[in-house]
Amino acid sequence: MPRPGITSSPLFWQLASFALFFGAWEIAGRWPVSAAFPPFSATLLALLEMIGDGSLGKAYVSTLQPLLIGIAICGVAGIGFGIGMGLSRTVEWFTLPVFIILQAAPMAAIIPLITYLYGIGLTSKVLAVIFLAAPVVVMNSYKGIRNANPSLIQMCRSFQGSRRQEILKIILPHAAALIFTGLRLGLAMGFIGVVIAELLITPTGIGDLITYHSSVADYPQMFAAISSIILIAAVSLHALERVERRLFPAEIRGS
Amino acid sequence: MQNDTAVEVRNISKIYSGNVEALREVSLAFPRGKLCTLLGPSGCGKTTLLKIIAGLIPANSGEVWVNGRQVDGPGPERAFVFQDFALLPWATVLRNVAFGLELRGMPPEQRNEIARKHIAEVGLAAFEASYPNQLSGGMRQRVGLARALAVNADIILMDEPFSAIDEQTRRKFQEELLDLLKHHRKTVIFVTHSIEEAAYLSDQITLLSPRPGRVAKTIAPGIDHSRGPDEIRRDKHYLDTVDEIWQMLKQYVD
Repeated sequence: MPRPGITSSPLFWQLASFALFFGAWEIAGRWPVSAAFPPFSATLLALLEMIGDGSLGKAYVSTLQPLLIGIAICGVAGIGFGIGMGLSRTVEWFTLPVFIILQAAPMAAIIPLITYLYGIGLTSKVLAVIFLAAPVVVMNSYKGIRNANPSLIQMCRSFQGSRRQEILKIILPHAAALIFTGLRLGLAMGFIGVVIAELLITPTGIGDLITYHSSVADYPQMFAAISSIILIAAVSLHALERVERRLFPAEIRGS
Repeated sequence: MQNDTAVEVRNISKIYSGNVEALREVSLAFPRGKLCTLLGPSGCGKTTLLKIIAGLIPANSGEVWVNGRQVDGPGPERAFVFQDFALLPWATVLRNVAFGLELRGMPPEQRNEIARKHIAEVGLAAFEASYPNQLSGGMRQRVGLARALAVNADIILMDEPFSAIDEQTRRKFQEELLDLLKHHRKTVIFVTHSIEEAAYLSDQITLLSPRPGRVAKTIAPGIDHSRGPDEIRRDKHYLDTVDEIWQMLKQYVD
């Protein structure tokens, strides 16, 4: 049998696809497709420069603040609401319509309303994150609770388990994986929310870098700022997905 | 009620929402220490009757008497074995078997010791730390059976326990079940749609007619289980029982 070559390693193909992507970007930038489209090399240099002079770091300190506060609130209140809706028909009746509407509403249209009510400060940005992230966090927790295997619940009752034991030992463990997935998807929505807020409410943080460099035609810097937020979102979501797979491997997941 | 009757149902009727009549006026007695089968085509309400006896679903009318007392919910003297096993996928075999005792608030050391004994009894000693999804269907149902034995109930209710298991494993399991019951002297109420299974295992077979479920006939096959399984399966008495049931049930199949 021939020795497996370098081409059989998944890492090789991952690196190759990156090289292809950045190579195409470089060529398209040098061609150029548009005066506002810098090549990959110029973008990378601009990124290093912005890291070096501390402007990128400062931007992220102010961008991550509303994001983390918003996600933390979703994590506590959103999961709480979802679990409440899953367990109680009354809570479901009151809150489910709200979250269905929130899930369907185009958020960018609501942001001016938030600004009108809460001004242009941190509160409005946190709210933008919450409005985008909460529905998916709530709905996942709710579905996780509602999808509890009825046969397991009957099993618990057949051994005289109390309602409390039924919730703590069957329903919540069963829902845990979906709740975690909800949080991860909530974070993804939160990234969208915080950037929209920074672009639409007042330019701060990464939104400020993007708007400012675009207005003075520093396109490599603008692309560097855009690429950095995409990179950070992708890396953190991927990391959370790995944590999720480690915490809830396929063999212990409820069907 | 006589002392040799473990479970008795009186005039049980069950109508599901949407006016589906599952059971009509079912009265039956299950003798203590025997294996009794509820047999019938799908839709005859046999699982419904079993779950009413278990106290898992309420009847619209009628009474369930267990050990001489009327009951209206689950109780420690009854343990249920589920068709789909109903094991916690996130818990090991050990925790699953001990789960009934865990719900009763027994301390971990004590309940694990009891669970280990029953895991060994069903032949899974090497799999205490495995998760249900790592086991075959037959092994999962052994876990379900061990869990029911662990709570030391004298009545075991089994809802088509072998229907999700392949035929070879099923036969082996049936023999082991009879063997286990010989040592434990439990009363077993067993739901199945397999005529052979009913005839092979049972001391008493109740045939239910479909829609609405009613007692069509009660048969006592009187098979001597002290003989080997292969001998029983060739026995004229066993074959006659199978044929008698089939002649009864044929009319309900279209």
